[in-house]
Amino acid sequence: MTWEIVIGLEIHVQLATKTKLFSGAKIGFGAAPNTQTTLVDLGMPGALPVFNEAALRMAVTFGTAIDAQVCKHSVFARKNYFYPDSPKGYQTSQMDHPIVGLGHLDIQLDDGTTKRIGVTRAHLEEDAGKSLHQDYDGMTGIDLNRSSTPLLEIVSEPDMRSAKEAVAYMRKMHAIVTTIGISDGNMAEGSMRCDANVSLRPKGQEKLGTRTELKNINSFKFIERAINIEVERQIDILEDGGKIVQETRLYDADKNETRPMRSKEEANDYRYFPCPDLLPIEIDDAYIDAIRHSLPELPDQRSARFVSTLGLSEYDAAVLSASRNLADYFEAVVDVCDDAKLSANWVMGEVAKYMNQNNIEIEQNPVSASHLGQLICRIKDDTINGKGAKTVFDGLWNQTGEVDEIIAARGLKQVNDVFAIDAMVDEVIANNPKQVAQYLAAQEDKRGKMLGFFMGQVMKASKGSANPGQVNGLLAKKLNALC
Amino acid sequence: MALENADIEKIAILARLQVTPNEMNDYTNSISSILSLIDQMQQVDTNGIAPLSNPHDATQRLREDTVTCDDQREAFMAIAPATQDGLYLVPQVLD
Repeated sequence: MTWEIVIGLEIHVQLATKTKLFSGAKIGFGAAPNTQTTLVDLGMPGALPVFNEAALRMAVTFGTAIDAQVCKHSVFARKNYFYPDSPKGYQTSQMDHPIVGLGHLDIQLDDGTTKRIGVTRAHLEEDAGKSLHQDYDGMTGIDLNRSSTPLLEIVSEPDMRSAKEAVAYMRKMHAIVTTIGISDGNMAEGSMRCDANVSLRPKGQEKLGTRTELKNINSFKFIERAINIEVERQIDILEDGGKIVQETRLYDADKNETRPMRSKEEANDYRYFPCPDLLPIEIDDAYIDAIRHSLPELPDQRSARFVSTLGLSEYDAAVLSASRNLADYFEAVVDVCDDAKLSANWVMGEVAKYMNQNNIEIEQNPVSASHLGQLICRIKDDTINGKGAKTVFDGLWNQTGEVDEIIAARGLKQVNDVFAIDAMVDEVIANNPKQVAQYLAAQEDKRGKMLGFFMGQVMKASKGSANPGQVNGLLAKKLNALC
Repeated sequence: MALENADIEKIAILARLQVTPNEMNDYTNSISSILSLIDQMQQVDTNGIAPLSNPHDATQRLREDTVTCDDQREAFMAIAPATQDGLYLVPQVLD
C-alpha cells in the first residue's frame, strides 16, 4: 500500500523580551539558578501577574508577518497540571481566544515549486521552570529562572507531506522570527523547539489516520530524523495489520528511536478556564496597523529583491535569504566587492562547505564579510586566480591573517605578465612534442578538451600562479599557429 | 449533574489532594449540589449575550519591558523548606 504522510508542527518560540511575561524579572541564558525570579514566578499566593507589553507587540508582529488575522480581543487561560517546576499548579496560556488566528507561509520545495502551509493559530504562554533529577538526597532540585519566560506557540495545519517539508517549514519560520526580531532563534539554547504530529493514511483517503505527537525536538536535523523514524515505525505497525495508538512520544537522538512517554507525564485533563488574575487584552486597528507598517523586509521579499536587483537566480536567492544572518552576511560581502554573483557563489560554495565540514552555523563563521569581500576583489582585479583564492579562503578560515598578507605569505599573486606566461607556454610546447603532435592530428572540435593537458603543465610550471585566462588564450593561439 | 465517588477520586488525583474514604461522600454530595446550581443557571436563556470573562469592565494593563526586580534569591530561599546549590528541593518526582 502507498501511504501518505501527514505532518503538523507546533513550534515554541521564546520571545526576546528583556523581562518575563508576567513579572519584571530579568531573562538571561545561563544565569545562576533562581537568581532571575520574583514572587510572581515562584507562584506565591497573592502575587499578581502584570502582562509585558513587549510580548504582546512581538506576538502581533508575528501575526502581521504571516498575514494572519490578529485578534483584537484575546484572553489568558489557565492550563492546569501538577508538576513541581510549575509552582502555581497551572500554566498561563491562551485557549479559546488566542492573539493570532489563521495565517500562512510559503515553503520552497526541492523541485523549485512553492507550497503554502497554513498556520492555525499562535498564542502567548509562559514557560515552566527546570527540574534537576540528580540525586539531592532523594529530592529533586528546582530552578525557576525559566519560569514565566514568554513563549509564542505557533500551531500549523496538518499540511506537510514529508519530513523534508516539515524542515523547510521550520526553517522558514526560523527565518521569519529572526528577521522580525521577536526571537534569537537559538535552537541549542532552546529558544526554538517543536513538537511534530505525525500520522499516515492510505494515499487517496481523505480521513486522517491516528496521530502520534513527537515532543521537544530542538534541531533541524532531528526534526527530519525523528519524523522519518516515526513514519517507519507506523508503517511497520499498519502493514502488520496493527493500529496506531494516539500517544505522546519522545525522540531519543542517541538511539535514533521514538518511545512513548509514561502516562504520568501525560495528564491530558488540563481543565482550562479563563485566568481570573488577568483581564482580557484589547487592542485596536491603529495598534495593529502601526506594527504592520513597521515590519522589516521579510525573507520572501528579500529573496525577490535578490532576484530583481542583484540578478541572482531564484534558487540562489531562496538559499541566501533562508536565514537573516546568512542574508545579512551575503549582502555585507556584496557591499565590499560589488559583485552579487561571485558573492553568492562563494557564500553558497566555500563558506557553506567549510561550515558543513565544521558543523557550524553562519553566526560562528570565522571569515568576516569584509574579508570575503576583499578576497573577491582580489579575484576580480586579477591578483589571484580561483585556485589561489581557495587557498586564501582557507587561510582566512584558520585566522592566519588579512587577505593581502596571506596572498603575499603564500606567494599566491597571480602572474599576469604576458612575457613571463609567453615564455612558459613556449617551454611547455617545446617539452611535449608527443602531445603537440596528437593535438595537431586531432579534429578541431576535440582540441578544446586536449588543451587541458597543456593548461595543467603551464599552471604547474607557474606553481599555480599564472592567470588561467591568459594561459588559455596564448596556448590556443600558439598551438593553432602550428597547424 | 450528579457526581459519583469515582469522579471525586479523579479530581482529587488531578489536584494532588488526599481525600479519605470518610470524607468521600461529603465531597461527592457538596460538589454535586454546586453542579446542580450550575445546571439551574444553565437554563437561563443567554442567547445574544456576550460571554463575560471578567466582572470588571476593564482591560488588561500593560507593563513596560524593563527589569524592575533584583535578585532576591537569598530572601526567597530563607522561607523554603529545603534548598541546596541555589535550588529549591522538592520530593522526588519519578521520571
